[in-house]
Amino acid sequence: MELLGLDVLFKGSNAMRLLQGLGVAVEISIISVVISLVLGMLFGIFMTWKNPVARVISRIYLEIVRIMPQLVLLFIVFFGATRALGLNVSAELSSIIVFSFWGVGEMGDLVRGSLESIPVHQYESAAALGMTKGQIYYHVVIPQAVRRLIPMSINLVTRMIKTTSLILMIGVVEVMKVGQQIIEANRMVSPNAVFGIYGTILLLYFLVCWPISMLARHLEKKWSN
Amino acid sequence: MDFGAMVDYLPLFEQAMWLTLRIGWIGILGSLVIGLVVAMITHYKIPVLYQISLFYIELYRNTPLLIQLFFMYFALPRVLGVGIDAEACGMLGLALLGGAYMAESFRSGLEAVEPIQTESALSLGMTKAQVMRYVVLPQAVSLSVQSFVANIIFLLKETSVFSAISLMDLMFVAKDLIGLYYNTTECLVLLVIFYLIIILPVSILGTVVERKLRYGAFGS
Repeated sequence: MELLGLDVLFKGSNAMRLLQGLGVAVEISIISVVISLVLGMLFGIFMTWKNPVARVISRIYLEIVRIMPQLVLLFIVFFGATRALGLNVSAELSSIIVFSFWGVGEMGDLVRGSLESIPVHQYESAAALGMTKGQIYYHVVIPQAVRRLIPMSINLVTRMIKTTSLILMIGVVEVMKVGQQIIEANRMVSPNAVFGIYGTILLLYFLVCWPISMLARHLEKKWSN
Repeated sequence: MDFGAMVDYLPLFEQAMWLTLRIGWIGILGSLVIGLVVAMITHYKIPVLYQISLFYIELYRNTPLLIQLFFMYFALPRVLGVGIDAEACGMLGLALLGGAYMAESFRSGLEAVEPIQTESALSLGMTKAQVMRYVVLPQAVSLSVQSFVANIIFLLKETSVFSAISLMDLMFVAKDLIGLYYNTTECLVLLVIFYLIIILPVSILGTVVERKLRYGAFGS
């Protein structure tokens, strides 16, 4: 325990504080995930439009999301918005804005991909059976598209949770920051705390993300036919 | 915008860009090697190594790079007693993270090559190694080019967290200059431009390569 620096965890409320820090990270990712799921669906449908203006807009948006590192986007919103618009955006709010902006793009692309993966003959056969447009979507297209979509969007959730670790860099007090505070406070008493604390945080992230990825893989296998 | 200041900052950003490129590309090459080795181990299900590989893939795919780097740079040396250079740590961290992703890409490519390819090659008298080298691997690689490119872009984007282990990369320079001179807009514009210089060519090249390497899809 001493050697691995795990003793620090049981001092005072350190373990509880770490979990609370993780809670902040998870809370920010859950809010961003909900926003991304809802707006991402709409954006995905928007991307399937044949309108050239809609295509250009969604293309540019998607390229920004694909190319810019999330940390750069965080810096732009956190430092840039304050400067350019004179707004005082808190670190938490700017991380929610950035993760939603990023998530909507990614989610939209997934929705577009799964809608376009439904072969044309599915639409045509349904129409030949005399279904209306609404019926075609409700009974034929959406059930198939959703099966492709759900595993991929669950994976997006784990990516979102992992990316929240970046909010440390704009000064949100989350699990890493709490960990650093604990390590600093115990530097003299137990110098090996750095191993115990960072190891614990690594494990905590793993314990949050791993079951979610397993669920995604399970659903993918189950619905792959 | 103060263009004079931007010109003054250019050399600093350029230096940081070379650092990002150096760490990024060495890390990516490393990740391809690790990915191939791990994919081979999981493909042939070599005992013991197989279980270790599965654990490695799950661990690295389900934790953030930032925490992995903190662990490797600050925590491990404390207990093992040997220090690691920040740049080497960045490369190794990126290679290990990328290795887990690349292994999955290789694996899905290998799985997509139909068994009849292996069987036919074996019946022609090829050895197992020859089958892998000349028949299965070329098709598997061309089938997973798309996910390789996606992984490479992902890894180049991930390099932005290196400033956390005190490497003077683009993010570090930008944050430093903002703190010193308050030229926020200028620094952010330069930051975006330099990341575009790094990642945009890969994105464009990816589209081209993907078109050229589609023969795998017609092989089956």
